[in-house]
Amino acid sequence: MASKLRILVPVKRVIDYAIKPRINKAQTGVETAGVKHSLNPFDELSIEEAVRLRENHKNKKSPMEVENILALSAGGPKTPDVLRTAMAMGADRAFHIDVPESADGGPEPLTVAKMLRGVVEKENINLVLLGKQAIDGDQGQTGQMLAGLLGWPQATQASKVEIKDEAGTVEVTHEVDGGIETLRAKLPMVITTDLRLNEPRYASLPNIMKAKKKPLEKKTLADFGVEDKRRLKTLKVTEPPARTGGGKVEDVDGLISKLKELGAL
Amino acid sequence: MASLARGLTSRASIANSVLRPYYERLIGPNKGRRYAHTHARAVEYLQNHDTDLTESQRTVREAITKTCANYSDEYWLKQDELKKFPADFHRALAQDGWLGICMPHEYGGSELGIAEAAVMMQTISESGGGMTAASSVHMNIFGLEPVVKFGTEEQKKRWLEPLIAGKERACFGVTEPNNGLDTLKLQSLARREKNGDYYNLSGQKIWISTAQNAQKILILVRTTPLDEVQKPSQGLSLFYTDLDPSVVEITEIPKMGRAAVDTNTLFFENWRVPANDMVGKENDGFKIILHGMNAERILIGAEALGLGYAALRKAAIYAGEREVFGRAIGKNQAIQHPLADSWMKLEAARLMIYHAARMYDQGYAGGEYANAGKYLAAEAAFEACERAVLTHGGMGYAKEYHVERYLREVFIPRIAPVSREMICNYIGERVLGLPKSY
Repeated sequence: MASKLRILVPVKRVIDYAIKPRINKAQTGVETAGVKHSLNPFDELSIEEAVRLRENHKNKKSPMEVENILALSAGGPKTPDVLRTAMAMGADRAFHIDVPESADGGPEPLTVAKMLRGVVEKENINLVLLGKQAIDGDQGQTGQMLAGLLGWPQATQASKVEIKDEAGTVEVTHEVDGGIETLRAKLPMVITTDLRLNEPRYASLPNIMKAKKKPLEKKTLADFGVEDKRRLKTLKVTEPPARTGGGKVEDVDGLISKLKELGAL
Repeated sequence: MASLARGLTSRASIANSVLRPYYERLIGPNKGRRYAHTHARAVEYLQNHDTDLTESQRTVREAITKTCANYSDEYWLKQDELKKFPADFHRALAQDGWLGICMPHEYGGSELGIAEAAVMMQTISESGGGMTAASSVHMNIFGLEPVVKFGTEEQKKRWLEPLIAGKERACFGVTEPNNGLDTLKLQSLARREKNGDYYNLSGQKIWISTAQNAQKILILVRTTPLDEVQKPSQGLSLFYTDLDPSVVEITEIPKMGRAAVDTNTLFFENWRVPANDMVGKENDGFKIILHGMNAERILIGAEALGLGYAALRKAAIYAGEREVFGRAIGKNQAIQHPLADSWMKLEAARLMIYHAARMYDQGYAGGEYANAGKYLAAEAAFEACERAVLTHGGMGYAKEYHVERYLREVFIPRIAPVSREMICNYIGERVLGLPKSY
């Protein structure tokens, strides 16, 4: 086992979480033109975690040194914005995989997972930190598929990540129904991040400026032997039906008779 | 798999999760509006699509917005009521490197221009922080430019690093009670002691903002009496030194607005200041301090603009929501048109301020655009703040609606750092070629 971490952090540019999404006119997806976009919140957590792994080693709190943090995103011409954000937070370099903008959340999870496998192999990655889902498609599959394709251990929805030793033993905590579950695996592995993992930092001004000079390479799906094949076809996207207002009752007796009327009692 | 179930949620439910405050912090109180039109801006919280901004200005605007969004209207209202210096705000900006925006790389700065610093200051003010937020960092952004330009290597290291890191705060001492804008008539004196290691300062200063909260002061005093120099601009010297309240008597001036950021009079007698705290050469102080004056006008203008936009935002939102006589008051042209007029005036002033900033960064030394931009920005902002109060009617007079605070604060950029009248004098003389009137 190599003694240094080479981390891949895939990120996505999505409609800002605070925006109320609207269906486009063609009813094929969500309107994206002219809408504020930002870095997927779950991906912010994974970048933050990668950067903390590096800082923890420097502060002698983590046994493994972080050699490199590669941020990657597939998307249209504005994708570099989120990659610069990732680098301002602490990623060392970035790949922009050029795919056309689309209203349906971009390539399917399996396509993305296959592409990431290609990147992992070419770049000799030994830890992939992904957001557990992107808030546009809400698929939540990519990390798991990637682990499957690579044959690596995976830990999903991490709320804590700890490197235990130089041999690459990793402990990941995540929240389950009954409480907290702790998983242990050896690198290389795939980890997906959940909201309670950390609180992402703001990039400092000097780091924002430095990030503009960090290497950002443009690549294509073909560079990793993948094509954007769709297995699913979106037939139609519509707004959920508007809720109709309820009625008011005067008192408890009124409530009971109303419930009886509706056959609930 | 509860966590999975939790995970497969819509965007709305993420926003509604327990972590909502965290995401609000990222985005600010404004619920995202769609950017369908370029000019949907007046009611938008810190929009980021002014078409004239450069890429680096846009970067600054976006990044500083995130930090400012942590400080709500209620926070600024409280600071004003309690007269409490916004130390945590200052610390947050220092921590993310904002105080070094114009400072050299080697001391922890980012070496950006006044064009970027102006965007930063406008945004800070526009976030609702107004002059309180802006003044809490203002001096630290550009006040030490004389040190950058004229300080020795040792001085820069000693002074700029702690300033940029937020470990030291600085105030600026030029004006004196007896001479106002007539800077050359300064009466505070510094005499060099016999062994030469110290100067001995005696005199007084007025309108010294943040002196209660500053560890350092950049101070201009006379080292050669006025009757011994050939020109009145000679004989002044500049020091950057420790401000020790046990030696310098610092008295706060109760004032109309911006109560959270103190403004003071300073009295000092036999104040011993080390000779190596002098910036540049002895008797060259006036020349040195002139450097950066235009930049300061630009920044103050940008801060005024921010306040104007904040007031306009509040007014437009209120006018659209407040219903009287069965309709939104903003439907009435008597309400709507003054706000439209204010937007046009603010935008016009903004374009001039950013033009002045660009020229400054390109090395232009003239002051007409910096001065005119400050004048127009302050007047447009004043009008916007006044109209915001009037639009709110009685509510506008209540502190709860924030606009009365803006109105009290907006007098600062109208008066400081140079009055409207002196700006007109400058334009009259320098641009129109008319005789000096004073």
